[in-house]
Amino acid sequence: MLKPFEEVVAEHGPTVLRVCRAVLGPVEAEDAWSETFLAALRAYPDLRPGSNVEAWLVTIAHRKALDQHRARARNPVAVEALPERPTGEGVPGSWDTELWDALESLPRKQRQAVAYHYLVGLPYALIATILDNSEAAARRAAADGIRKLRAIYRQGASR
Amino acid sequence: MNTVNESSPEAGGVFDALPVVDEEANRRLHRRLVDAADTAGILDVAYRTLDTPVGPLLLAATDQGLVRIAYANQGHDQVLARLAELVSPRILLAPRRLDAVARELDEYFAGHRDAFDLRLDWRLSHGFRLQVLKHLREIAYGSTASYAAVAAAAGNPRAVRAVGTACATNPLPVVVPCHRVVRSDGTMGGYAGGPRAKQTLLTLEATAPPLPTPAGTP
Repeated sequence: MLKPFEEVVAEHGPTVLRVCRAVLGPVEAEDAWSETFLAALRAYPDLRPGSNVEAWLVTIAHRKALDQHRARARNPVAVEALPERPTGEGVPGSWDTELWDALESLPRKQRQAVAYHYLVGLPYALIATILDNSEAAARRAAADGIRKLRAIYRQGASR
Repeated sequence: MNTVNESSPEAGGVFDALPVVDEEANRRLHRRLVDAADTAGILDVAYRTLDTPVGPLLLAATDQGLVRIAYANQGHDQVLARLAELVSPRILLAPRRLDAVARELDEYFAGHRDAFDLRLDWRLSHGFRLQVLKHLREIAYGSTASYAAVAAAAGNPRAVRAVGTACATNPLPVVVPCHRVVRSDGTMGGYAGGPRAKQTLLTLEATAPPLPTPAGTP
């Protein structure tokens, strides 16, 4: 039996937002979250009861992020109006300055592997399915990513 | 509240700057989701709660109309779970669709409204129970009818117990006035919202002058 979708939003919305922010940064995160949950709501009645809802949402978010990425590649001047941004924007130490700068410098797959493993706690086998690579490659991407992130971020933070 | 997704210790606090819960962003994104879902026609059930003299009421509507009103003692979470099963799990907290319902209920509880002018979605009731509920609307504000009289009006004078069941399982209490059905001996009889709620409604209707909202009042 499926719960009311409102409960899905309440339970998993914050985590998916964290993932979108870590993977896409402050400008694109909220669009990706919105598209993810709208697509999830649409497909929700067909979700098999007992499914891992969080993994399902992250998988949708991953595809939405890819779509955005491709759309941008096709149409690189599409940024006109920036969406509303969270408070704390530009405050040193807040996530959308130093942390995002560090995350942004990682290769995309490493950033995704780090977010899916360290923010959501997904197992590497599942991350490999989402990233369409092997479990070993997913594990390596997360390990390389987190090591690099610690090095850059620490360095930046201590400036 | 959500501590499950704190940065794992392995991450060494790298993600500490990224809020675990950002209430302001969550509210903004929730509003955006409701709007987009409504526009896309996939907001199957919208709900909200309303504080009233008989406690907080859960109000739920489909695109066809008001589908469910529930008392706190009926368990709002259970009622929503049941709607997910019977109507659709595409359910969101979306008060706007219930603006008119909330306004009419507020007026009713203030004694300024003696009838509801709302679109109703009857899909949760079937057969004889549905017939009974539709007949209840003929019992005027401020008056009562016996279970036996309602059974007769619904075309089956012997189905007094079935009328009791129809009232007890009324998915739209207050708006469909099952509280106006009482025992033949004049005692109140049971009520989905509990005896105190039934008493409150009957007292309200017996004492409030059933006036329309005075002109000039917003």
